[in-house]
Amino acid sequence: MQQTRSVEISTGLFVLFGMGALFFLTMQTTGGDNFSAADTYEVEARFTNVGSLRSRAPVSMAGVTIGRVTNVVFDPIALEAVVTFDIDSRYDQIPDDSDASILTSGLLGSQYIGLQAGGSDIYLEDGSEVLFTQSAIILENLIGKFLVNRDSGDADD
Amino acid sequence: MFRDFYNTLKEFVRTFGAFQLFFLRLLQHSPSIFVKRFRLVVKQVYNAGALSLVIIMVCGFFIGGVLGLQGYSNLARFNAEDSVGAFAALALVKELGPVITALLFAGRAGTALASEIGLMKATDQLSAMEMMAVNPIRRVLVPRFLGGVISMPLLAAVFSTIGLLGAHVVSVNLLGVDAGAFWIQMQQSLDISDINEGIIKSVVFGIVASLLAVWEGYNAVPTAEGVGRATTRTVVNTAIAVLIFDFMITAFML
Amino acid sequence: MTMDAPSDHLIEIRGLAYAHGARPIFKDLNLTIQRGKITAIMGPSGTGKTTLLRLITRQLIPDRGVIFVDGVDISMLNQTNLYKMRRRFGVLFQNGALLTDLSVFENVAFPLREHTRLTNRLIRHVVLTKLHAVGLRGAADMMPVQLSGGMERRVALARAMVMDPDILIYDEPFVGLDPISMGVIVRLVRRMNDALGISSILVSHDLQEISTVADCSFLISDGKVAASGSPAELNQTSSELVKQFMHGMADGPVAFHFEAPDYEEQLLGRDAE
Repeated sequence: MQQTRSVEISTGLFVLFGMGALFFLTMQTTGGDNFSAADTYEVEARFTNVGSLRSRAPVSMAGVTIGRVTNVVFDPIALEAVVTFDIDSRYDQIPDDSDASILTSGLLGSQYIGLQAGGSDIYLEDGSEVLFTQSAIILENLIGKFLVNRDSGDADD
Repeated sequence: MFRDFYNTLKEFVRTFGAFQLFFLRLLQHSPSIFVKRFRLVVKQVYNAGALSLVIIMVCGFFIGGVLGLQGYSNLARFNAEDSVGAFAALALVKELGPVITALLFAGRAGTALASEIGLMKATDQLSAMEMMAVNPIRRVLVPRFLGGVISMPLLAAVFSTIGLLGAHVVSVNLLGVDAGAFWIQMQQSLDISDINEGIIKSVVFGIVASLLAVWEGYNAVPTAEGVGRATTRTVVNTAIAVLIFDFMITAFML
Repeated sequence: MTMDAPSDHLIEIRGLAYAHGARPIFKDLNLTIQRGKITAIMGPSGTGKTTLLRLITRQLIPDRGVIFVDGVDISMLNQTNLYKMRRRFGVLFQNGALLTDLSVFENVAFPLREHTRLTNRLIRHVVLTKLHAVGLRGAADMMPVQLSGGMERRVALARAMVMDPDILIYDEPFVGLDPISMGVIVRLVRRMNDALGISSILVSHDLQEISTVADCSFLISDGKVAASGSPAELNQTSSELVKQFMHGMADGPVAFHFEAPDYEEQLLGRDAE
């Protein structure tokens, strides 16, 4: 009996340890932008170029993740990319003239949508569209621009 | 010569079919063993999991350390040594954790399973059970199979976690990467889907490794030599199968 | 026990044929085992005595012929009924075949735990009784690796008896035992058979032990029953084969040499051409 007990105890410890590791991996290593709001509303934005933006990319405002991209499709009539994203319903006072741009996190990082607040009194709601957008910066284009117009130096603005 | 080839091919297909049926029989008995004879499963989780824990942790720590060193020295060329956390975490969670755990599992637990079952066969223990009207597949193989399937994801998670610890020790504590940057870079580049990929892989590898081990043991030629060969085949076949499945799952999850 | 009036024929084998791969083992085997007796199946090694046991318990399926156990054709049984029938058998394997990861006590308790819902107290009671019968109550907590060959076989015997079978099968129970252990087993076989009113089947080639214990024996050779009768009858037979076997002569109908090409020719290397 003593032997069975020790087997059971070490098995229990092993399973707890494994579960703990699993918990650690899911909660701690991905903690940074663990966006999982239950209640969201859907907003749309049109870009001439989305670069390498994919669904599940974060949507952030002032550096805080407030939503996620759910869909990226090409509109064959307007010849634009239509990006749909969900925003946490807690943030329901985002002015509808806010500016959406596709940014890159770090030099090698992935792309995300950054929202820059506008000044309107009307807020974004389910189904509304962000009208002011700025496309992804494509490195080749940037270099091209820089070579043509060396003086400006800051092609971003 | 053509005839030889034909026979080999036929034998291969036959074995493959028998293997599928064997898998189905294990699955068929799994739920009732899991519910009614849970103690048997616990004992096998101990054999396959708890006893493999030390080797998994030691190997995990050193693999993580290597990732820390390699990541640091190579990322430093791009002035991106802060990304070493992201690099190590992605490599561990998505690839090295599940794959190396599966290979170590094959060496530590798979061989033990195959030789134990092979020896039980060689010493008539399986026949004796059969004669006591006890189905050896149900009583002996299913709990061992389940024990392996349950242990593998847990072992892989432990491996990855300890690996991260190793990477942290090497890059932060020894090489002076900023601890905050280490964690933030990691958290930003890792997504819950990456963790899921790792879990899916380790579950699949757990099924593959346990299945191959009990299969080889159960079909071992009941002699000392046959049992030895079954153990070797377990390791070799598991390694091949795990790497093939790894490729397929990775391609599928991209 | 079956409901209908039990006939004297416990096991009947008719026209049995079985081949192991390309090598025929049984060609047309007919044999009847009487209820309540100790029946010995003898034969030179390699005649498939163990195979016969496996056929009787349907671990193997015959190529041709039928085997009746208590009037039931066992090839017709489905898995459930087969397992039901097997519970009537107690089998003692050549080396005991104890489960190495369980203690002696748990080995004997194994069939009870698998097939019954007895309380732990009751199981303990039954197991200790059976272990006492084979004289190993004191070894209950030992592991099988700690036992000697004779003890292992006695534990296996206790395990074979624990479900109170009607038929006990012994596969080479005397092989590799010292004379004392052998005597113990012989006496146990006799006692079990008579005290419990069961039938015993003994596979062996140890003539002396067989002749002291068996009521009836069959000598199998070349895939058939070569002779049958009580040991005394077999001793007086005129058949060359039986004489060779009973007196342990090297050459006779069972050739000393395994089938081989002509000696002279092989030595002179002619078969290489």
